[in-house]
Amino acid sequence: MIFIQITYVLAAILFILGIRSLGSPVTARRGMNLASLGMFIAIVGTLFMPQIVTYKWIIAGLVFGTLLSLPMSLWIPMTKIPQRIALSHAGGALAACLIGVAEYYRYSSNISHLSMGIVGIEVMLGALTFTGSLIVAAKLHGTLPGHPITYKGQNIVNISLFSLMIALLGYITLYPELNLQFYILLSLAFLFGVFLVTPIGAADMPVVIAIFNAYGGLTGAVMGFMLNNRIQIITGALDGASGFILSMLMCKAMNRSVTNVLFGAFGKVEDESEKTIKRSGHKEPQSVSVEDALQFFEQAQSVIIAPGYGMAASQAHHALRAFADKLKANGVSVKYAIHPVAGRMPGHMNVLLAEANVPYTDLFDMEEINPEFPHTDIALVVGANDVTNPSARTVKSSPIYGMPILDVDKAKRVIILKRSMSPGFSGVENELFYNDHSWMLFGDAKDSLNQLAYGYKKSWG
Amino acid sequence: MMPNTLGISDIYIFILAGFLGYALISRIPPLLHTPLMAATNAISGIALVGSIVVAGEDYDTVTNILAFIAVVCSTINVVGGFLITDRILRMFKKDDKKTSSKS
Repeated sequence: MIFIQITYVLAAILFILGIRSLGSPVTARRGMNLASLGMFIAIVGTLFMPQIVTYKWIIAGLVFGTLLSLPMSLWIPMTKIPQRIALSHAGGALAACLIGVAEYYRYSSNISHLSMGIVGIEVMLGALTFTGSLIVAAKLHGTLPGHPITYKGQNIVNISLFSLMIALLGYITLYPELNLQFYILLSLAFLFGVFLVTPIGAADMPVVIAIFNAYGGLTGAVMGFMLNNRIQIITGALDGASGFILSMLMCKAMNRSVTNVLFGAFGKVEDESEKTIKRSGHKEPQSVSVEDALQFFEQAQSVIIAPGYGMAASQAHHALRAFADKLKANGVSVKYAIHPVAGRMPGHMNVLLAEANVPYTDLFDMEEINPEFPHTDIALVVGANDVTNPSARTVKSSPIYGMPILDVDKAKRVIILKRSMSPGFSGVENELFYNDHSWMLFGDAKDSLNQLAYGYKKSWG
Repeated sequence: MMPNTLGISDIYIFILAGFLGYALISRIPPLLHTPLMAATNAISGIALVGSIVVAGEDYDTVTNILAFIAVVCSTINVVGGFLITDRILRMFKKDDKKTSSKS
């Protein structure tokens, strides 16, 4: 037994070192290799547990799981990473939930109140994280519509369902031998996960995905409490802290509270108030052709690129890099401005640009880059909308008021690659498009960027 | 009777690990937030350890099936999680041309 405990202590140390190494891209890879070594040590140690009487289910599960994981990880395109992460939250939560059910099934006739409460919490959290994360993945993948699905009285239904679950949890803790109530709680938790996420729109997924990361961690920690397994408690706490911090950061970047994201159904409820602040009799936005846009770029000395979800949707990141390389080759300074909630999950834009071979030294966070916009010749907006809307600074009635934004409007010229004039996810019109120094380059971002890259400095050979 | 009881030391461990996680993760730059999520996924696959024990106890068919599914799911998280994290981290490169002009 002491041997197994030593492997767990080693694993805990290696996990902590692994997470610490993620502080810098230079050390991150080596650190994660250490963490995977820790995982391997812990698994090998576990195989020597004296309770294990047969290996057939273990080996079958390990082989089957490995075979399934390979295609899901090696060949999945980087643009699909958000839904892949959501799926793995679902898988982890399901595992914890099923182990909880198995333990209850086995010991329900003879279980203490405390153990019952722990198992109840584990099963409830695991089940709602499982179905919730599945819905998140489906929304991100486009299997379900990305816009919020709402109906009247939704919040009342959800809150009553949640209260009922808490009541049941309390009841089975007092009377652990009640099988029926336990399985009702399990089913309600599965249902609640679905109800919780359907009213949330795809653009709010950075917060939701982080929240489920935290729930998944908590479920793991509770499973550790149940099985008296300390490595699971430590890992669950680390995982939970990570999800918690990320969801707080995402909420801050949208100037909203977690409750507002979960129960606000952004872009739906506010729609009515929205239409009233529509520009009355204001001029049309100026549109620009690829040729004219090229003229602007030929004169520019510095360009800052602000990417958004539109870049991921039209897979324009490779074309963008090609154009940026041409600019750089001609001595233009090129930087990328990354808003924390651009895209569908924390850090989404960074991963896509890294995939297109953009060096990470060219990527800048919002706070770093905002002071540079006023002395930049061109701000190039690629598929970003709400995160560049200046009305977040000024229009108090706007639902995005107070949200920190990229100051692209302060650049000398703004060129916006966009398919149409449709508003961003929040449903708010973007004032930026109507400014005197803003130019709209309509069309598919990838096509426009290819044409720009092809045409730039062509006259010079 | 279930073989375990919740000890107060488990609560201490949970709280201290939570604070440690908070301190470590606050220092991770937004640049690496996606690989962080992938990495915590991989590490949370440690649920495999608990699933293996239940699957190996061979109590009866119901627990065997439940534990088998749990082993499969957590193995996917472990193997897939570390593979994806490494794939993402491999893409992050510095500017090799060293043309970065600090402003």
